[in-house]
Amino acid sequence: MVLSGADKNNVKGVFAKIGGQAEEYGAETLERMFAAYPQTKTYFPHFDLGKGSAQVKGHGKKVAAALVEAANHIDDIAGALSKLSDLHAQKLRVDPVNFKLLGQCFLVVVASHNPALLTPEVHASLDKFLCAVGTVLTAKYR
Amino acid sequence: MVHWSAEEKQLISSVWGKVNVEECGAEALARLLIVYPWTQRFFDNFGNLSSPTAIIGNPKVRAHGKKVLTSFGEAIKNLENLKATYSKLSELHCDKLHVDPENFRLLGDILIIVLSAHFGKDFTPSCQATWQKLVGVVAHALAHKYH
Repeated sequence: MVLSGADKNNVKGVFAKIGGQAEEYGAETLERMFAAYPQTKTYFPHFDLGKGSAQVKGHGKKVAAALVEAANHIDDIAGALSKLSDLHAQKLRVDPVNFKLLGQCFLVVVASHNPALLTPEVHASLDKFLCAVGTVLTAKYR
Repeated sequence: MVHWSAEEKQLISSVWGKVNVEECGAEALARLLIVYPWTQRFFDNFGNLSSPTAIIGNPKVRAHGKKVLTSFGEAIKNLENLKATYSKLSELHCDKLHVDPENFRLLGDILIIVLSAHFGKDFTPSCQATWQKLVGVVAHALAHKYH
Protein backbone atom coordinates (compact mmCIF):
# COMPACT_ATOMS: atom_id res chain seq x y z
CA MET A 1 0.00 0.00 0.00
CA VAL A 2 1.54 3.22 -1.24
CA LEU A 3 0.49 6.81 -0.65
CA SER A 4 0.01 8.56 -3.98
CA GLY A 5 0.71 12.24 -4.50
CA ALA A 6 -3.01 12.89 -4.23
CA ASP A 7 -3.21 10.92 -0.98
CA LYS A 8 -0.38 12.97 0.51
CA ASN A 9 -2.07 16.23 -0.48
CA ASN A 10 -5.38 15.05 0.95
CA VAL A 11 -3.76 14.12 4.26
CA LYS A 12 -1.84 17.38 4.51
CA GLY A 13 -5.07 19.20 3.77
CA VAL A 14 -6.86 17.44 6.61
CA PHE A 15 -4.21 18.31 9.15
CA ALA A 16 -3.97 21.89 7.90
CA LYS A 17 -7.73 22.23 8.43
CA ILE A 18 -7.64 20.57 11.85
CA GLY A 19 -4.77 22.83 12.90
CA GLY A 20 -4.61 23.53 16.61
CA GLN A 21 -7.60 21.28 17.32
CA ALA A 22 -5.42 18.22 16.75
CA GLU A 23 -4.87 17.81 20.50
CA GLU A 24 -8.60 17.83 21.17
CA TYR A 25 -9.12 15.34 18.36
CA GLY A 26 -6.46 13.10 19.90
CA ALA A 27 -8.18 13.11 23.27
CA GLU A 28 -11.59 12.44 21.76
CA THR A 29 -10.13 9.63 19.66
CA LEU A 30 -8.88 7.91 22.78
CA GLU A 31 -12.15 8.49 24.64
CA ARG A 32 -14.08 6.89 21.78
CA MET A 33 -11.60 4.02 21.50
CA PHE A 34 -11.89 3.18 25.20
CA ALA A 35 -15.70 3.31 24.97
CA ALA A 36 -16.11 1.31 21.76
CA TYR A 37 -13.25 -1.13 22.33
CA PRO A 38 -12.92 -1.67 26.09
CA GLN A 39 -10.06 -4.15 25.59
CA THR A 40 -7.85 -1.19 24.62
CA LYS A 41 -8.07 0.01 28.21
CA THR A 42 -5.82 -2.88 29.22
CA TYR A 43 -2.86 -0.84 28.02
CA PHE A 44 -3.67 1.93 30.48
CA PRO A 45 -4.16 0.35 33.92
CA HIS A 46 -2.18 3.24 35.37
CA PHE A 47 -4.52 5.88 33.93
CA ASP A 48 -7.67 7.47 35.20
CA LEU A 49 -9.92 6.77 32.23
CA GLY A 50 -12.93 8.65 33.56
CA LYS A 51 -14.62 11.42 31.59
CA GLY A 52 -12.45 14.51 31.26
CA SER A 53 -9.35 12.71 32.51
CA ALA A 54 -6.27 14.91 32.38
CA GLN A 55 -4.17 11.84 31.64
CA VAL A 56 -6.30 10.93 28.63
CA LYS A 57 -6.13 14.53 27.40
CA GLY A 58 -2.37 14.51 27.83
CA HIS A 59 -2.00 11.23 26.04
CA GLY A 60 -4.36 12.30 23.28
CA LYS A 61 -2.12 15.31 22.74
CA LYS A 62 0.90 13.02 22.29
CA VAL A 63 -0.94 10.75 19.86
CA ALA A 64 -2.14 13.74 17.83
CA ALA A 65 1.35 15.24 17.77
CA ALA A 66 2.72 12.00 16.33
CA LEU A 67 0.08 11.98 13.59
CA VAL A 68 0.83 15.62 12.78
CA GLU A 69 4.56 14.83 12.66
CA ALA A 70 3.90 11.93 10.30
CA ALA A 71 1.75 14.13 8.07
CA ASN A 72 4.45 16.81 8.03
CA HIS A 73 7.01 14.23 6.93
CA ILE A 74 4.69 12.20 4.82
CA ASP A 75 7.42 11.28 2.34
CA ASP A 76 9.29 9.51 5.10
CA ILE A 77 6.90 8.40 7.84
CA ALA A 78 9.29 5.64 8.91
CA GLY A 79 12.05 8.18 9.45
CA ALA A 80 9.79 10.65 11.25
CA LEU A 81 8.41 8.01 13.63
CA SER A 82 11.55 5.92 14.02
CA LYS A 83 11.95 6.59 17.74
CA LEU A 84 8.26 5.96 18.36
CA SER A 85 8.57 2.75 16.41
CA ASP A 86 11.43 1.64 18.69
CA LEU A 87 9.38 2.54 21.73
CA HIS A 88 6.38 0.51 20.60
CA ALA A 89 8.57 -2.49 19.74
CA GLN A 90 10.71 -2.55 22.84
CA LYS A 91 8.59 -1.12 25.59
CA LEU A 92 4.91 -0.62 24.76
CA ARG A 93 4.30 -3.68 22.56
CA VAL A 94 0.73 -2.70 21.78
CA ASP A 95 -0.80 -5.52 19.75
CA PRO A 96 -0.90 -4.49 16.08
CA VAL A 97 -4.66 -4.98 15.85
CA ASN A 98 -5.20 -1.94 18.07
CA PHE A 99 -3.81 0.58 15.60
CA LYS A 100 -6.73 -0.18 13.33
CA LEU A 101 -9.13 0.52 16.19
CA LEU A 102 -7.43 3.84 16.95
CA GLY A 103 -7.55 4.70 13.25
CA GLN A 104 -11.27 3.96 13.07
CA CYS A 105 -11.93 6.27 16.01
CA PHE A 106 -9.79 9.06 14.56
CA LEU A 107 -11.79 8.88 11.34
CA VAL A 108 -15.03 9.03 13.35
CA VAL A 109 -13.76 12.15 15.16
CA VAL A 110 -12.79 13.85 11.90
CA ALA A 111 -16.16 12.92 10.36
CA SER A 112 -18.05 14.15 13.39
CA HIS A 113 -16.33 17.56 13.49
CA ASN A 114 -15.77 18.08 9.75
CA PRO A 115 -18.20 16.10 7.64
CA ALA A 116 -17.55 18.27 4.59
CA LEU A 117 -13.82 17.70 4.86
CA LEU A 118 -14.10 13.92 4.79
CA THR A 119 -15.10 13.36 1.19
CA PRO A 120 -14.83 9.74 0.01
CA GLU A 121 -11.46 10.51 -1.61
CA VAL A 122 -10.08 12.17 1.51
CA HIS A 123 -11.51 9.36 3.63
CA ALA A 124 -9.62 6.84 1.51
CA SER A 125 -6.37 8.81 1.74
CA LEU A 126 -6.65 9.33 5.49
CA ASP A 127 -7.45 5.66 6.05
CA LYS A 128 -4.35 4.71 4.03
CA PHE A 129 -2.24 7.18 5.97
CA LEU A 130 -3.42 5.81 9.32
CA CYS A 131 -2.64 2.26 8.10
CA ALA A 132 0.83 3.42 7.08
CA VAL A 133 1.42 4.93 10.52
CA GLY A 134 0.31 1.70 12.20
CA THR A 135 2.59 -0.30 9.93
CA VAL A 136 5.58 1.91 10.81
CA LEU A 137 4.88 1.68 14.54
CA THR A 138 4.75 -2.12 14.45
CA ALA A 139 7.52 -2.60 11.87
CA LYS A 140 10.22 -3.50 14.40
CA TYR A 141 8.07 -5.86 16.48
CA ARG A 142 9.86 -8.95 15.19
CA MET B 1 -27.20 -14.53 22.81
CA VAL B 2 -26.17 -10.90 22.81
CA HIS B 3 -27.58 -8.74 25.57
CA TRP B 4 -28.78 -5.23 24.79
CA SER B 5 -29.31 -2.79 27.62
CA ALA B 6 -32.23 -0.38 27.56
CA GLU B 7 -29.77 2.44 26.93
CA GLU B 8 -28.20 0.64 23.97
CA LYS B 9 -31.61 -0.05 22.44
CA GLN B 10 -32.47 3.62 22.86
CA LEU B 11 -29.22 4.73 21.22
CA ILE B 12 -29.85 2.39 18.31
CA SER B 13 -33.45 3.34 17.68
CA SER B 14 -32.96 7.08 18.15
CA VAL B 15 -30.21 7.12 15.54
CA TRP B 16 -31.97 4.73 13.17
CA GLY B 17 -35.16 6.77 13.36
CA LYS B 18 -33.36 9.70 11.75
CA VAL B 19 -31.45 7.77 9.08
CA ASN B 20 -32.37 8.15 5.43
CA VAL B 21 -31.85 4.53 4.49
CA GLU B 22 -31.50 5.17 0.77
CA GLU B 23 -28.96 8.00 1.10
CA CYS B 24 -27.02 6.45 3.91
CA GLY B 25 -26.92 3.01 2.29
CA ALA B 26 -25.76 4.44 -1.02
CA GLU B 27 -23.05 6.48 0.66
CA ALA B 28 -21.81 3.63 2.83
CA LEU B 29 -21.53 1.22 -0.09
CA ALA B 30 -19.89 3.85 -2.32
CA ARG B 31 -17.33 4.63 0.36
CA LEU B 32 -16.63 0.90 0.85
CA LEU B 33 -15.83 0.57 -2.86
CA ILE B 34 -13.71 3.74 -2.83
CA VAL B 35 -11.81 3.33 0.44
CA TYR B 36 -11.26 -0.43 0.01
CA PRO B 37 -11.16 -0.83 -3.77
CA TRP B 38 -10.60 -4.57 -3.60
CA THR B 39 -14.22 -4.88 -2.48
CA GLN B 40 -15.16 -4.02 -6.07
CA ARG B 41 -14.38 -7.65 -6.86
CA PHE B 42 -17.96 -8.56 -5.98
CA PHE B 43 -19.50 -6.08 -8.35
CA ASP B 44 -18.15 -6.84 -11.85
CA ASN B 45 -21.62 -6.40 -13.29
CA PHE B 46 -22.16 -2.94 -11.81
CA GLY B 47 -20.72 -1.08 -14.78
CA ASN B 48 -18.55 1.98 -14.28
CA LEU B 49 -16.60 1.88 -11.01
CA SER B 50 -13.51 3.54 -12.47
CA SER B 51 -13.36 6.59 -10.19
CA PRO B 52 -14.86 7.89 -6.95
CA THR B 53 -17.16 10.13 -9.01
CA ALA B 54 -18.28 7.18 -11.15
CA ILE B 55 -18.89 5.05 -8.07
CA ILE B 56 -20.88 7.72 -6.25
CA GLY B 57 -23.04 8.36 -9.32
CA ASN B 58 -23.50 4.71 -10.22
CA PRO B 59 -27.22 3.82 -9.98
CA LYS B 60 -26.49 0.15 -9.25
CA VAL B 61 -24.32 1.16 -6.31
CA ARG B 62 -27.09 3.38 -4.98
CA ALA B 63 -29.71 0.68 -5.39
CA HIS B 64 -27.59 -1.99 -3.79
CA GLY B 65 -26.59 0.30 -0.94
CA LYS B 66 -30.25 0.90 -0.22
CA LYS B 67 -30.92 -2.85 -0.29
CA VAL B 68 -28.10 -3.59 2.11
CA LEU B 69 -29.10 -0.91 4.61
CA THR B 70 -32.77 -1.88 4.40
CA SER B 71 -31.71 -5.35 5.43
CA PHE B 72 -29.74 -3.80 8.28
CA GLY B 73 -33.02 -2.28 9.41
CA GLU B 74 -34.43 -5.79 9.73
CA ALA B 75 -31.58 -6.65 12.07
CA ILE B 76 -32.47 -3.67 14.23
CA LYS B 77 -36.08 -4.88 14.45
CA ASN B 78 -34.85 -8.32 15.52
CA LEU B 79 -32.00 -7.63 17.91
CA GLU B 80 -32.96 -10.54 20.17
CA ASN B 81 -32.98 -12.99 17.30
CA LEU B 82 -30.29 -11.93 14.86
CA LYS B 83 -28.82 -15.30 13.94
CA ALA B 84 -32.21 -16.65 12.95
CA THR B 85 -33.15 -13.45 11.13
CA TYR B 86 -29.98 -13.58 9.03
CA SER B 87 -29.78 -17.36 8.62
CA LYS B 88 -30.77 -17.48 4.96
CA LEU B 89 -28.82 -14.32 4.13
CA SER B 90 -25.76 -15.87 5.72
CA GLU B 91 -26.09 -19.01 3.61
CA LEU B 92 -26.53 -16.85 0.52
CA HIS B 93 -23.38 -14.83 1.22
CA CYS B 94 -21.39 -18.01 1.74
CA ASP B 95 -22.73 -20.39 -0.87
CA LYS B 96 -23.76 -18.11 -3.70
CA LEU B 97 -22.01 -14.78 -3.24
CA HIS B 98 -18.75 -16.13 -1.75
CA VAL B 99 -18.14 -12.99 0.30
CA ASP B 100 -15.32 -13.06 2.87
CA PRO B 101 -16.95 -12.04 6.20
CA GLU B 102 -14.15 -9.52 6.70
CA ASN B 103 -16.08 -7.39 4.21
CA PHE B 104 -19.04 -7.17 6.62
CA ARG B 105 -16.71 -5.71 9.22
CA LEU B 106 -15.30 -3.21 6.73
CA LEU B 107 -18.79 -2.09 5.72
CA GLY B 108 -19.83 -1.81 9.36
CA ASP B 109 -16.90 0.51 10.13
CA ILE B 110 -17.68 2.63 7.09
CA LEU B 111 -21.34 2.88 8.13
CA ILE B 112 -20.24 4.23 11.52
CA ILE B 113 -18.16 6.93 9.81
CA VAL B 114 -21.11 7.90 7.59
CA LEU B 115 -23.35 8.15 10.66
CA SER B 116 -20.73 10.21 12.45
CA ALA B 117 -20.50 12.64 9.52
CA HIS B 118 -24.27 12.89 9.46
CA PHE B 119 -24.95 13.29 13.17
CA GLY B 120 -21.84 15.21 14.24
CA LYS B 121 -21.63 15.82 17.98
CA ASP B 122 -24.86 13.87 18.52
CA PHE B 123 -22.93 10.75 17.57
CA THR B 124 -21.40 10.61 21.04
CA PRO B 125 -18.78 8.10 22.19
CA SER B 126 -21.56 6.04 23.85
CA CYS B 127 -23.51 6.15 20.63
CA GLN B 128 -20.49 5.03 18.63
CA ALA B 129 -19.74 2.26 21.14
CA THR B 130 -23.29 0.90 20.84
CA TRP B 131 -23.23 1.07 17.07
CA GLN B 132 -19.78 -0.57 16.85
CA LYS B 133 -21.26 -3.38 18.95
CA LEU B 134 -24.28 -3.54 16.63
CA VAL B 135 -22.28 -3.72 13.39
CA GLY B 136 -20.04 -6.33 14.97
CA VAL B 137 -23.00 -8.46 15.96
CA VAL B 138 -24.60 -8.07 12.52
CA ALA B 139 -21.33 -9.09 10.84
CA HIS B 140 -21.11 -12.09 13.16
CA ALA B 141 -24.69 -13.15 12.39
CA LEU B 142 -24.06 -12.84 8.66
CA ALA B 143 -21.00 -15.04 8.97
CA HIS B 144 -22.68 -17.56 11.25
CA LYS B 145 -23.81 -20.03 8.60
CA TYR B 146 -20.46 -20.09 6.79
CA HIS B 147 -18.90 -23.47 6.30
